[in-house]
Amino acid sequence: MSLSREQIAMRVAQEFGDGHYINLGIGIPTLAANYVADDIEVMLQSENGLLGMGPYPTEAQVDADMINAGKETVTAATGASIFNSAESFAMIRGGHVDLTVLGAFEVDCHGNIASWMIPGKLIKGMGGAMDLVAGAQNIIVTMTHADKHGHSKLLAQCTLPLTGVNCINKIITDLAVLEVKDGAFHLVERAPGVTIDEIRTKTAGKLVVAADVPEMMF
Amino acid sequence: MAGFNKVVDSYEAAMAGLQDNMTVIAGGFGLCGIPEGLIAQIKKMNTKGLTVVSNNCGVDGFGLGLLLEEKQIKKMVSSYVGENALFEQQLLNGELEVELTPQGTLAEKMRAGGAGIPAFYTATGFGTPVGEGKESRQFNGRDYILEESITGDFAIVKAYKADRYGNCIYRHTAQNFNPIAATAGKITVLEVEEIVEPGELSPSEIHTPGIYVDRIIVGKFEKRIERKILSSVTSNQ
Repeated sequence: MSLSREQIAMRVAQEFGDGHYINLGIGIPTLAANYVADDIEVMLQSENGLLGMGPYPTEAQVDADMINAGKETVTAATGASIFNSAESFAMIRGGHVDLTVLGAFEVDCHGNIASWMIPGKLIKGMGGAMDLVAGAQNIIVTMTHADKHGHSKLLAQCTLPLTGVNCINKIITDLAVLEVKDGAFHLVERAPGVTIDEIRTKTAGKLVVAADVPEMMF
Repeated sequence: MAGFNKVVDSYEAAMAGLQDNMTVIAGGFGLCGIPEGLIAQIKKMNTKGLTVVSNNCGVDGFGLGLLLEEKQIKKMVSSYVGENALFEQQLLNGELEVELTPQGTLAEKMRAGGAGIPAFYTATGFGTPVGEGKESRQFNGRDYILEESITGDFAIVKAYKADRYGNCIYRHTAQNFNPIAATAGKITVLEVEEIVEPGELSPSEIHTPGIYVDRIIVGKFEKRIERKILSSVTSNQ
């Protein structure tokens, strides 16, 4: 069975290390904040200028001056700090953020990512995504393995305009966990009940499969 | 002697000198921390042909979106402009030009502009459409592109509290682009919630030193919220 959005988020959260500073993109990556293990402490960075993002506010806590990068009302966690946009991106571009998790349209086996622009459709902008993929120490992409027509999103070469080059380390999809290295996707784990054949069929780029590929554990 | 009293008593005085075809740098992120009254004044002045540098362009009927109504903006330099139907329409009609700029590059362009640095190298955008046509260079085996800094004829900035010297502080994430925008204007105008007596703000807590500020006006702010999400809806963490 392919994973639900929540299950992908749960698997993403297993990548969080104790003491990590983490930037989570909009969508599935943000959901991963719900599944941080009880025995670790992480701090979430929101690129509009907040390190230590807390939960959404109660009605009484709502403050128009307190939002996250998705422009949603938010709170500050204990230990948080707030700063200007140049400072925020100094953290990101200076490599101080340990982990970035973001969505994508396509990733290729060279670690290139396309996530912001589909020619012919209206272009809204890249926001902070290009800075994040150029800056973080470790970058994980979450997305469905194939689009709704069954076309693979894990390609030999991205076809859409890029967000960043040679920057993606790991991909967590509804079918598998894959590492990107040496010009290939390396299958690390598969979703419970998903066969290697199905993953192979839905991976257009070069796929390296070890003798034994364990199922994800939740 | 005016000395260091930069407080003006009207929006006309705050934006005096703004002319057609000027570049205006605006602080704010989405609708958070935007100089609402200064934007309204630009709309009232009906200044045309403006280049506006701001992370976003407001929403329909609020924030910088107001300046689209009479087509006052010629060009927008932004990282994300997806919240605005009028923007989309003018872009598709060719009435509006947009220079999409990565958010960190946009922030650094303002910071560098305000600091007298004409350009800087960054890895952001290398190998993407953003890097096309730009000079690139390797440092320590990594590729970087050269990005030019930005200064504005005006910078319009929203702060929380300021004294008459222009020393000011921002509140929570309404800080965002405001302090760096403040450094990059030939004329920098602060719109604040409150003027405080000199000395009331500790010198150690000042976010923007008064040297960057030319005019200050006290505003009234609606502070519209773009996406109100409550913890009861779904617990984020």
